[in-house]
Amino acid sequence: MAKLTFVGGIHPYDGKDLSKDKPIRDILPKGEMVYPLSQHIGAPAQAIVAKGDRVLAGQKIAEAQGFVSAPVFASVSGTVKAIEPRRVASGDFVQSIIMENDGAYEEAPARSLKPLQDMTADEIRETIKEAGIVGMGGAGFPTHVKLSPKEPEKIEYVIANCAECEPYLTSDYRRMLEEPEKLVGGLRIILRLFPHAQGILAVEDNKPDCIRLLRKLTAEESRISVKALQTKYPQGGERTLIYAVTGREVNSTMLPADVGCVVNNVDTMVAVYRAVAEGKPLTERIVTLTGNAVKDPCNYRIRIGMSYAELLTAAGGFLTEPQKVICGGPMMGMALFDLNIPTTKTSTALLALTEDEVSAMEPGPCIKCGRCVEVCPGRVMPNYLATFAEHFAEEKFLEYGGMECCECGCCSYICPAKRQLTQNIKSMRKILLAKKKKK
Amino acid sequence: MSEEKKMYRVSSNPHIRSGWTTSGIMLAVIVALLPAAGYGIFHFGPRAIAVIAVSVAGAVITEGIFGLCCKKATVTDLSAVVTGLLLAMNLPVSLPLWMAALGSVFAILVAKLLFGGLGQNFMNPALAGRCFLLISFPKQMSDFSTKGFELGKRTWDALSGATPLAALKAGESVNVMEMIVGNTGGTIGETSVIALVIGACLLILLGIIDLRIPGSYIVSFSIFVILFGGRGFDPAYLSAQLAGGGLMLGAFFMATDYVTRPITVGGQYLFGIFLGIMTGIFRIFAPGAEGVSYAIILGNLLVPLMEKVTRPRPFGYRKEGNAHGK
Repeated sequence: MAKLTFVGGIHPYDGKDLSKDKPIRDILPKGEMVYPLSQHIGAPAQAIVAKGDRVLAGQKIAEAQGFVSAPVFASVSGTVKAIEPRRVASGDFVQSIIMENDGAYEEAPARSLKPLQDMTADEIRETIKEAGIVGMGGAGFPTHVKLSPKEPEKIEYVIANCAECEPYLTSDYRRMLEEPEKLVGGLRIILRLFPHAQGILAVEDNKPDCIRLLRKLTAEESRISVKALQTKYPQGGERTLIYAVTGREVNSTMLPADVGCVVNNVDTMVAVYRAVAEGKPLTERIVTLTGNAVKDPCNYRIRIGMSYAELLTAAGGFLTEPQKVICGGPMMGMALFDLNIPTTKTSTALLALTEDEVSAMEPGPCIKCGRCVEVCPGRVMPNYLATFAEHFAEEKFLEYGGMECCECGCCSYICPAKRQLTQNIKSMRKILLAKKKKK
Repeated sequence: MSEEKKMYRVSSNPHIRSGWTTSGIMLAVIVALLPAAGYGIFHFGPRAIAVIAVSVAGAVITEGIFGLCCKKATVTDLSAVVTGLLLAMNLPVSLPLWMAALGSVFAILVAKLLFGGLGQNFMNPALAGRCFLLISFPKQMSDFSTKGFELGKRTWDALSGATPLAALKAGESVNVMEMIVGNTGGTIGETSVIALVIGACLLILLGIIDLRIPGSYIVSFSIFVILFGGRGFDPAYLSAQLAGGGLMLGAFFMATDYVTRPITVGGQYLFGIFLGIMTGIFRIFAPGAEGVSYAIILGNLLVPLMEKVTRPRPFGYRKEGNAHGK
């Protein structure tokens, strides 16, 4: 059988050896905690605590505003110090709740829940919503929205995105090795919402141990299967993943549910399990701290809200002074100019590199080699799109399918002229999407 | 922030880059051309070195001076070396050196730099230079005779000048084995099929070119020759047509030029087929025996059109159209 995959894609140096064999370590924050009210796509949450309030770990501190939104929970116990704008990884200032950590880690009582088998689908959705769960692979789309398509009975596949195609990242890998039953448990819960769906654990074939383990664990399940995917970036992109697993194509104007699919990432499924089976809101996640500038690359279970600076210090600091520090992976992550940034629900990794390959290479003129066209999973022509974006040729940009770009970065990676293709296309898309919204 | 703080570099994603660079690709093409150039020197004698050197120097110096005027150091991308070398491969060894220099200056200055430099030219500069020389100096450009020459122990016999293709057109028989080795008359770089294919294999292995254009070019040309060559399926005639003239040099090194070939996969097949048919028409129905250069230049002109009709369907697009479309 041909391996499951998509057309295009790249094989960058994956750097996973740095941290893949390091078991997850728990880390408890000591310093100030920052909880941005917008850690998700959609309306920012509204603070429901005030300065001076004492708050327990697991207590809700901000309420969702509307359906496409998510509440925020405190991950430690302490006192609310301020509610003010703070800088987040994207570089923006976002209204945040600042807490002084009292170091007691006093827990709020877990939500009392009905046993799982007695819960209705709507009760499960409500529990997930009330736990503040969002897509933890990086996008941050509220999970309960994903799980509430118009016609749940038309969903045929629930796909657990276990590809982890982004170089250097190993948090999903460790999660699968160390707590596979929670991942499968999360998938089982989600399958209860979709009576006609098959559950698929889609894993890249560079993780054969995970594939074996998950197959063993799900051998008795008639509704869950494990599928091996070809190792290639961006195999874990939502659209490329759906195509690889089902052969169905989703464009930028559609939702996965339009082709009968629901996709959730590993950490998100685990969070669903913790919320529904254990009554715990989303307050922790796994972060890979890695890169050749880091002394001890490893995977950490962190409390969401601690700063990257604190995480790094606790992990032993830098080996050599890095040139570039990235929140997330090298392909889609965001470069940080400062480490005093809070971790959020969508923080997958902190990557510190001794060399900045981008500034080391000056962009030159396009030689039309066609490599970007060949690797583009969206099957558009990045060389032309980037030029249209530079000239703000809106009509041409749309005509050439510019909105189908998924911003995976393959074109910029492969370009021998080192053009900033992704950056240009991304900026143009942002402008056009904002314009469309206004209408 | 009262104290000065160390800040890390930021940029948009992705933060890593592949190892290939423009100059790296150009260097690989230069290396891939060396077997054919080397054979040309071995076959035609030391004067070939002079023609190659003048042609490359003309291209590089033109690019360098232009770069100085525009304050752009484009000469380091090595593309001028490739153009100069390719042009030399397309010149007869007996060509006056000043003509070789003029050709390479024309190639770089008129066909490339005046259109905006690397990546902006719509015509293969080396071929533009060759066609410019062909039109301006038809006699010298089609004089493939060489004088005898002796250096140390090696002697180069004088060649009469008829190329195998011209002989073929005149109805004479040709030795295909000699043509494949390259022991015939012709331009400096085109005679040896073996040397050209070795270079082409290197480029294919490095992933710099693929077989879409050369393959569809050679296949469609073969079909054209079988259908319209007047000899039917005659293996000896067909292989002489394939091994003769600039076909191999053109198919693997000129038609595959990134800048002047379609970027779409479908367009590349279309381009190859077009070249095959045009080369066939030029070779069989036109008065001259050669046709590769003009076929490729004509093909270059049609590239935008070919790209337009073969633009790929973006992932997930439906036939009914898309909300973002209009």
